[in-house]
Amino acid sequence: MDPRRYLGSAWRHPVLRAVLKAALTILVATAITFVLIRLLPGNPVDLRIDELTRDGSMTYEQAREQVSAIYPIDLNDPIPLQFLGYLWNVLRGDLGTSYLSTTASVTSIILAVLPWTLFAVGTGLLLSFVAGIGLGLLAAYHRGSFFDQAVSTIGSIVSSVPNYLIAILIVLIFGVQLEILPITQMRGATSPGIHPGFTLEFVGDVLFHAALPILVFFLTHIGHWILSMRNATLATLEEDYVVAARARGLRESRITTAYVGRNAALPLVTQLAIATGFIVGGAVLIEQVFLYQGIGLRLLRAVAQRDYPVMQGILLLVTISVVVANLAADLLYSKLDPRIGRTS
Amino acid sequence: MSIIATIARRPAGLIGLIGVGGFVLLAFVVPFFVPLRNTVDIGSIYVTPSLAHPLGTDFQGRDVLNQIVYGGRDILTIAFLAALFSTAIAVTFGSIAATRGGTVDTIVLAITDIVLTVPHLIVLIVVAAIFRPQGFLLLAVLLASLQWAGLLRQVRAQVLSLKEREYVEAARSLDLGLFHVIFREMLPNMASYVAIHFIFAMTGAVYAQVGLIVLGLVPMTGANWGVMLQLALSQGAIYFSDSFWYILSPILAIALFQLSLVALASGLEDVFNPRLRAG
Repeated sequence: MDPRRYLGSAWRHPVLRAVLKAALTILVATAITFVLIRLLPGNPVDLRIDELTRDGSMTYEQAREQVSAIYPIDLNDPIPLQFLGYLWNVLRGDLGTSYLSTTASVTSIILAVLPWTLFAVGTGLLLSFVAGIGLGLLAAYHRGSFFDQAVSTIGSIVSSVPNYLIAILIVLIFGVQLEILPITQMRGATSPGIHPGFTLEFVGDVLFHAALPILVFFLTHIGHWILSMRNATLATLEEDYVVAARARGLRESRITTAYVGRNAALPLVTQLAIATGFIVGGAVLIEQVFLYQGIGLRLLRAVAQRDYPVMQGILLLVTISVVVANLAADLLYSKLDPRIGRTS
Repeated sequence: MSIIATIARRPAGLIGLIGVGGFVLLAFVVPFFVPLRNTVDIGSIYVTPSLAHPLGTDFQGRDVLNQIVYGGRDILTIAFLAALFSTAIAVTFGSIAATRGGTVDTIVLAITDIVLTVPHLIVLIVVAAIFRPQGFLLLAVLLASLQWAGLLRQVRAQVLSLKEREYVEAARSLDLGLFHVIFREMLPNMASYVAIHFIFAMTGAVYAQVGLIVLGLVPMTGANWGVMLQLALSQGAIYFSDSFWYILSPILAIALFQLSLVALASGLEDVFNPRLRAG
């Protein structure tokens, strides 16, 4: 079979095409990371070699060797081969080691902080989704009422004020002025000295520390869900099948859940899938305000320490998670909505 | 102008107009009439609001209101420039992709998809950490380089439908050139998308630039709402109850500016989309 025809037919298959596009995007993301560390003027590889050789304690070859070990790149290879080598190492999960300690691999550093971010942002995102769907549906059903206006206005206000300012306001007002929240004790992901495990004490402690980040992530997203669900519901209420369901005398509660709510929430499920990809990326400033030890705070530490391998590892992880989430959203949508054929 | 009158007819639009207009006056006109007062006064650190200091003073005894007056200019300028650059990129390349089609279209769309995928703040943090952008033109370009993708897709879709219209065909058959066709014939018909996107691009630029300043990643000098917050956070003043007014003031300034922009955008939406106006 002609390879071009083979590729062409693969491209026309929607699932295959989505997977191919995702793989290509990850490839480009890896290429950009490689260009950043290797090719641009002032790149960290040359910078590091420069630093190591400056005081004369190391020869150029020794410095190159050490930097080769820090970044998963063999600096003796020609550039294209270096890229392939880097790509291969990334595929194997080898993102190099930290500048500060050559025994700490970037992968292990990321894995140590990632769960906390996933937990805090994921919980906030899910709670906001559920609450936003409910409030948006109610607002649309009572269009023009005081409830609708209040919910819509509050929704658009919380989504337009930058979320890190909301976080600072919480610390400022409830922590410092009113002294309701023990802000300094709530820092970090857990209390010092507590033993991890499925004990009530540990779970309670985790929730205590994650409460404020969860609250802020909840507030960050809820406005969007409320407004989208309200608009989607308003559009769905006009659909013929809703009118027909009413004419058939179905109970209003059944129409609300099975006919209106379900169809209106459909596009939002895809948006939720896309939003999960931004979990890691959206956490930086919030984690900084609450000093919550997630991946965002780790990134900032790497930035402050000029620990480029860690920075680039996190950048790569964040990009891949967004691409995978987008792919999942694509596939989910064609699965949820029978009108969108799998094969066109 | 009639369009401003139409925007002002709805409460959201009126609030947006007054708010954005007020902030522009505050940042660009008021400084001409209010002298800069940035002398350190150890005797009046963190003074609570009074007639002499309506918003109190900071950790060096400087007037907070004075810093709010002077601290908006850079933020508003960078936001405006970033929105301007990103809109220009989106309109130019979106129209070219749609009118040329073929390989050009494929390449532009592929780049757009990638820019839409990457998490902007993380990229900005890493790039700012490696290359230390200095000066606000560079910062605006950096912000704009990630912001254009959403509008580009809208412009492209719009141009694809507009280019079949008769007046566009007429202009093309008269051989008036791509530039004329895009900017004189088609752009006026996309004004609503472009204007609304421009405003949202400004809110995005404010979010990202203040975020970067608060993290201490872009070196900024002089009075600046973001720098006020960054100083408060880095010195731990946020946990110090006397500093309440000093921290609250820039937060309110930024939040109110963002809300005014969003209100103005929603006012514009009402004007351009009469279907929503009835609701």
